[in-house]
Amino acid sequence: MKCSRRSFLKKGLGSAIAASLPLSSFKFLSPAEARAAVGDPAVRWGFLINTYKCTGCGFCVKACKKENKVPYDLPVTRTWVERYVITRDGETHIDSPAGGRDGYTDAKIEDKEIPAEEITKAFFVPKLCNQCENPACVQVCPVGATFQTGDGVVLVDRTWCIGCGYCIMACPYGVRFFHPVYKVAEKCTFCYHRITKGMKSACVQACPFGARQIGDLKDPDDPVTRAILTERVAVLKDEYGTKPQVFYIGLDENVR
Amino acid sequence: MKNHVLRPLFAAMALVALILTARALMVPSDFGVHGKSFTYNFYRAGAVTDWKNFPVSYRGGASCGECHDENAESIAASGHRIIQCENCHGPARNHPEDPETLTIDRSRDLCLRCHAGLPYPGSLRSEIPAIDPGEHNPGEQCAECHNPHNPNLEDME
Repeated sequence: MKCSRRSFLKKGLGSAIAASLPLSSFKFLSPAEARAAVGDPAVRWGFLINTYKCTGCGFCVKACKKENKVPYDLPVTRTWVERYVITRDGETHIDSPAGGRDGYTDAKIEDKEIPAEEITKAFFVPKLCNQCENPACVQVCPVGATFQTGDGVVLVDRTWCIGCGYCIMACPYGVRFFHPVYKVAEKCTFCYHRITKGMKSACVQACPFGARQIGDLKDPDDPVTRAILTERVAVLKDEYGTKPQVFYIGLDENVR
Repeated sequence: MKNHVLRPLFAAMALVALILTARALMVPSDFGVHGKSFTYNFYRAGAVTDWKNFPVSYRGGASCGECHDENAESIAASGHRIIQCENCHGPARNHPEDPETLTIDRSRDLCLRCHAGLPYPGSLRSEIPAIDPGEHNPGEQCAECHNPHNPNLEDME
């Protein structure tokens, strides 16, 4: 049998590749297999915000940034507090300087003085990730770096994220941002490292007025679940169909 | 092998095999569907553990009271009992080992977060005892006259 150097190399390379192929490379995921891997998650984390109780002190934002090591002085934050001042002429004045990190200590809104007698209603609205049941941000991830855990929290895998920014664009609530240090997508995790140890989220713990609460929506005896079931609550941007799991008491039509 | 039809076919097969091999080597073994849907639950299972292992910084007032029982008792008797120790004293992290001492924020701005008066009907803010920061001893540190652990005005020295 004649074997030229050229054909020997060709065949050798071919068989080397073929031999190195594990059978699992050709495996396709079947839906049944995927379902079998699913345990029965006993918890579904949800959040309740009472806008009547929020005083705009901003301790939640400060605690969040320090707890989760979000660069303190850069204009990025996982949670923030918005101020809404509605005046007699029907105007809505909104601001959130530094995300409300240093609290609201001045009545001026964007250097504009608003006389007290002109104000018809004014309130603070804390915002954070809604941990949606149908998270738009997860659907768009091209690499599977962001996902929903069994207990409903949407997380980002920092080792897997390529920083393309699709999820940041997809979130209707604007809660995602690009982490300036890790160069990946960043978002509120409900303080996953705390809630899985039986602690409260840092913002919930820091709030002196109980305006923020976290609870297990699968437990009917949880105070948060009971409040959501028995009180009049609303969610943000319901029309998007994302099924947000952050519920608000006293949400105003002016809140966007 | 000289067939001009088969040659590109083999090349394509080799390419597919190469890509599948690279994928098998580079994708972690715990990467897959861990949940009810491919759309929302396709991820590396280790990422959940990574987030669970993130260090806790804010320990909560109960853990402060384990050693600083006198301070915990004094504030528990005051209106400021609703404020967490770490909101002013800073995150405890692994105190007393690391850091050995905490830096207390005694700034006027910290007090003004709640006590700068804002006339906001329907918000709890308008019900907190408040001052006009421009009128009430501007530039002074609140803690020089008021005791943060006992802010009762009648007990002021």
